[in-house]
Amino acid sequence: MRKLMLGNEAVARGAYEAGVTVAAAYPGTPSTEITENIAKYDEIYSEWSPNEKVSLEVAIGASIAGARAICSMKHVGLNVAADPLFTVSYTGVNGGLVIMVADDPGMHSSQNEQDSRFYARASKVPMLEPADSQECKDYVKMAFELSEKFDCPMFVRLSTRIAHSQSVVELGDKVEYQLKEYKKNFDKYVMMPAMARKRHVEVEKRMAALREFSNTTELNRIEWGNKEIGIITSGIAYQYAREAFGDVSYLKLGMVHPLPEKLIADFAKEVKALYVVEELEPFIENQVKKLGIQVIGKDKLPVIGELGAQLISEKILNKKIEVKSPINDVVPVRPPVMCPGCPHRGMFHVLKKLKLVVSGDIGCYTLGALPPTEAMDTCVCMGASVSGAHGMEKARGKDFAKKTVAILGDSTFIHSGITGLIDIVYNKGNSTVIILDNSITGMTGHQHNPTTGFTIKGEPAKQVDLVKLAQAVGVERVAVVDPFDIKEFEKVVKQEIAAEEPSVIISQRPCALLKNVQFDGPLTINNEKCKKCKLCLAIGCPAIVDKGDKIEINEALCVGCKLCTKLCNINAIEKAGDLNG
Amino acid sequence: MNYDILIAGVGGQGTVLASRLLAASALKAGYFARTSETIGMAQRGGCVVSHVRIGEEKSSPIIPLGNADLLIGFEPAEAARSIGRLSKNGKCVVSTRAIMPVTASLNTAPYDPAPMIEFIQRNAANAILVDGYALAEEAGSVKALNTVLLGVAVAAGFLPFGKEEIESMICENVSPKYVELNKKAFNIGVSYNK
Repeated sequence: MRKLMLGNEAVARGAYEAGVTVAAAYPGTPSTEITENIAKYDEIYSEWSPNEKVSLEVAIGASIAGARAICSMKHVGLNVAADPLFTVSYTGVNGGLVIMVADDPGMHSSQNEQDSRFYARASKVPMLEPADSQECKDYVKMAFELSEKFDCPMFVRLSTRIAHSQSVVELGDKVEYQLKEYKKNFDKYVMMPAMARKRHVEVEKRMAALREFSNTTELNRIEWGNKEIGIITSGIAYQYAREAFGDVSYLKLGMVHPLPEKLIADFAKEVKALYVVEELEPFIENQVKKLGIQVIGKDKLPVIGELGAQLISEKILNKKIEVKSPINDVVPVRPPVMCPGCPHRGMFHVLKKLKLVVSGDIGCYTLGALPPTEAMDTCVCMGASVSGAHGMEKARGKDFAKKTVAILGDSTFIHSGITGLIDIVYNKGNSTVIILDNSITGMTGHQHNPTTGFTIKGEPAKQVDLVKLAQAVGVERVAVVDPFDIKEFEKVVKQEIAAEEPSVIISQRPCALLKNVQFDGPLTINNEKCKKCKLCLAIGCPAIVDKGDKIEINEALCVGCKLCTKLCNINAIEKAGDLNG
Repeated sequence: MNYDILIAGVGGQGTVLASRLLAASALKAGYFARTSETIGMAQRGGCVVSHVRIGEEKSSPIIPLGNADLLIGFEPAEAARSIGRLSKNGKCVVSTRAIMPVTASLNTAPYDPAPMIEFIQRNAANAILVDGYALAEEAGSVKALNTVLLGVAVAAGFLPFGKEEIESMICENVSPKYVELNKKAFNIGVSYNK
């Protein structure tokens, strides 16, 4: 049976067909849909873990216990999971273990553009890289076999355009996989120095065997065409290269670590001009050059952003394409915005009004850095808001802490914020931490987390009580406030930043997109009352439009959250009447 | 046969379903198809584009500039922004109702849809402009803008497959409780211009 599938959906199918029974992940664009799709298979236990480190450790445990296990994350998530990664490379596996990592060249939805292939090299874990949805499924299946054959975890690397592209997949049968026997094996699974020294020897032996394997596996294949030009490429870059060069010769690498050195040398001998076409860093290029082979790569192609067929044609083949004159000077910019009804909007209004230093974090609320709110000073990584605010206080003193807050979402707080909060309490900080509890993981598209009370499969679960949690780590000042009660919110923020001890404010209101969130319907502006003071525009709601001569509410966008009514001193914002009435 | 369709709109308008329906219909009609979507941070209120490439397995998921045979614009400014990908003989179906970016609602960057529409007409070999939202409302929900526009495109002969393929893919790909709404919206789109 053939089916149109997103790359991520195909990965999930591959895991299913390989007989995986345990899957763990923390959501992150562009990897999220892998685990969302895995959760649809009843045969597989799946979970949203609190963070990527936990998810990898869950998968490692499952593997040691004899199951095939998969763990998925975005590129920056791999930084979080790096600790177990480097050591599971030593222990190896029992049941097959596959780590999915999705890079985001072009940073569609990320804070950096790191190239995960270097992790494969640094941790000595082999890496496969599919080039379309069919290969996503096939490579994941094969990765499980290789994981068990070579006794090592396997990486499968995606990039946004593979993860979020749909193409046809031929579905296969599910492998009947029996749990492997579980045996105590201190030498293999207890990584104390004496054992780890022995395991490192095994790692080097395995990598030598894998280097040989890379030369002969069908994962790395030569497609002979015109031999004037030879292209070494992999993943999405292969698709772009094929479109740009047409009938030339390709060495298409499905295994990007370790590289097939002999195959590369043989290929290079046969072609006149050799190019490496790869996105981001010269990962393949530098290794080819180290073999003493002349090759052209990043001297022509950028290390920044995504490649494309056109870009490759221009840079390497010097082809210019005639393009219709753009209209960019009149097309309005359209930055992503917080949704109408978004609970964060009320909070940002207060923070901006109080002119606070806002130590920010990763989530929908990062959009608060953009106009019109412009109320965020920093954004580095998951959890850095909390620890960063503490660092700011230690650098500039107590008075600075009195005009600083850290803000982060509920899921981000559980992921990495709690450790920073413990640091503040333990090391005598005074920071104020605002947890935006919107009852869901918002930005990645509504995933449950330990604070929502439901599992990935929607089953009820114990809910982390954020108030008790903050109290338990020693925070004595904990307040819960509705960010749409602007006056109360402002009062609480003022009070807590003034306090010379750590405070937690839980800004509690569910994401406006949740199905159970109901408002009364759109509002309208009564133009007889409206004095055009524009106070309502300050919250930056996409539904409120300044038409010059009047302010208008777009009833198609307005959800009726009524936040704007709280800013209007003359009650000029009213419920919209029946459109047809 | 190669046929490239670019879908441009604003996050939340339902472009992803439109591209899925197009690609699935192409498969049903016996072609190869590939798409690329915008999913993630940009999705809410930001610009979104979907690329649908039909016919050639050896194409990448991204339509090169000057290559699209059809541009389906869910919003005039977004259609205008993407016109660079349209080929010389490219056609357009564009919903005329503007969605103001939040910057425009603050009056820092006013946006008048008229020059966008004029620009689209000047740059497309054949442009059908339609108040898609009005038709979607007629069908029962503004959410059905996507299937309305597919209906307009197929009736104009702008797609390499027919009405039947799309209709059957609506049944297969849309959640059961919205199938009727979308079929109705699709058929209202088909009847437009007739």
